[in-house]
Amino acid sequence: MAGALSSLAFGSVGGSAFERRAATRDPAWVKWLILGLSLSFFAIFILLPLIAVFVEALRKGWGTYITALSEPDALAAVRLTLIAAAIAVPLNLIFGVSAAWAIAKYQFRGKNALTTLIDLPFSVSPVVAGLVFVLVFGAQGWFGSWLGDHNIRIIFAVPGIVLATIFVTFPFVARELIPLMESQGREEEEAAIVLGASGLQTFWRVTLPNIKWGLLYGVILCNARAMGEFGAVSVVSGHIRGQTNTLPLHVEIVYNEYNFAAAFAVASLLALLALFTLILKTIIEVRAASQVAKA
Amino acid sequence: MAAAASRRVLPGFGLTLGYTVGYLSLIVLIPLSAALIKTFSLSWEHFWQIVTAPRVVASYKLSFGTSLLAAAINSVFGLMLAWSLVRYSFPGKRIIDALVDLPFALPTAVAGIALTAIYAGNGWIGQFTEPLGLKIAFTPIGILIALVFIGLPFVVRTVQPVLQDLEAEYEEAAASLGANRWQTFTRVVFPLLLPALLTGFALAFARAVGEYGSVIFIAGNLPMISEITPLIIITKLEQYDYVGATAVATVMLFVSFALLLVINGLQAWTSRRMGRAR
Repeated sequence: MAGALSSLAFGSVGGSAFERRAATRDPAWVKWLILGLSLSFFAIFILLPLIAVFVEALRKGWGTYITALSEPDALAAVRLTLIAAAIAVPLNLIFGVSAAWAIAKYQFRGKNALTTLIDLPFSVSPVVAGLVFVLVFGAQGWFGSWLGDHNIRIIFAVPGIVLATIFVTFPFVARELIPLMESQGREEEEAAIVLGASGLQTFWRVTLPNIKWGLLYGVILCNARAMGEFGAVSVVSGHIRGQTNTLPLHVEIVYNEYNFAAAFAVASLLALLALFTLILKTIIEVRAASQVAKA
Repeated sequence: MAAAASRRVLPGFGLTLGYTVGYLSLIVLIPLSAALIKTFSLSWEHFWQIVTAPRVVASYKLSFGTSLLAAAINSVFGLMLAWSLVRYSFPGKRIIDALVDLPFALPTAVAGIALTAIYAGNGWIGQFTEPLGLKIAFTPIGILIALVFIGLPFVVRTVQPVLQDLEAEYEEAAASLGANRWQTFTRVVFPLLLPALLTGFALAFARAVGEYGSVIFIAGNLPMISEITPLIIITKLEQYDYVGATAVATVMLFVSFALLLVINGLQAWTSRRMGRAR
């Protein structure tokens, strides 16, 4: 997943090149066995759950589907999900660009350690991510009594949800940009500076056009995770209906009330978001590959 | 010397590095240190007693066992799927290639309820397996299935680029020296893929150990039987046992750190191997 776009430069030879030559061709029975096994596996484990979401959502008809999506609690969940993503994604975008600039354009001690630490949120369990914010801002936490005195709620309120979302989506943009900007070097930027451009001009006119697809790619993945995060947000949310429920938490609550059709209706919204993300991602990959081919 | 010179040419080093380190500390490092500091307030005996309680140990066995098995299953089928996507042409290939990332993009709670609907006793697959005595949902097998779902793209997406970069010449050379396809694969191709495959395995395993959303719906969550370690943390939190929750979280954090270091080492090995092969 790291630097997916930067590896596109090598392009795909296409399977046919290997299949045409006898020396590199797999025997037909091997080919059909591998294709059969891997595609059945794909169908059962990936395709079937996706289909199940939509079939279950429409099991009780369109009326139930529309009702489930237009009830006030569902709309409040949509709103909160959009708010969390609207704050988390831009913040992590600015961080990603800044981190990639520092790491890719300069040499300094501790660079590898810094890159590793940026990846940390990916390997921390979402539940642990939520827990640490409870320890810092919860009633029993470091700032708990101070926040209580000033009547500020972070845990079991919207700010906690936003913080947890920022944490779990932290590395997405940085991970995409660091390898991309490292592979592009710094000659173009240095030329711009030597010719008299300011730092900001150099960034807008030289760096940004070079990294735009990688940037967009990171933002899209970051957004998908921000809107879909469950574990971390669940710990800090407090599950107050209509107030601190994001869409994934709303799915859980409705599901646990055995209102399956409604739960799957809301889930189908999130599945559509996932499909939309994958389509955009594929388009960006094609665009980025053609940009690399032109360069 | 070159570094010092370029630092003078390109502006913004201090600003961007300062912002990066500051933001990283604020969002990630300081909150994570809160867990460690809280744990250090415990005596060693108390900590040990919490993290080795029978119910917690049962959850480690379950979480690590199912995660290892899921990562192993994904290594086998992920390699085959990557091989199919790179080496063969078949209808719908582009769509399947794009959908491989579905587990990254689909919210885990959605995956959880969808898998439960499929494997429950009245579900699409569950209704056929349960009469045969194979109960999947609400058992550790259900957990395994959820972990296979979320881990698959890690293996495919680490193996696929390496496979794509592999030139046909190696295999042609092997064939011209008299190796059959199986020998070529086991002696030439597989050793080149191994670092990437192990990286994918480790990534899938790391993700599976911490996974929560897709598992809790299908797991059944019975203490000692189908209760994963992240759920132990949640349960302790809901009982306001912050100390207990943090102690178990610290164990998980150390596992995460260790896995992160292993994965970094594997990735460095992969890029060295690819650099030499090209």
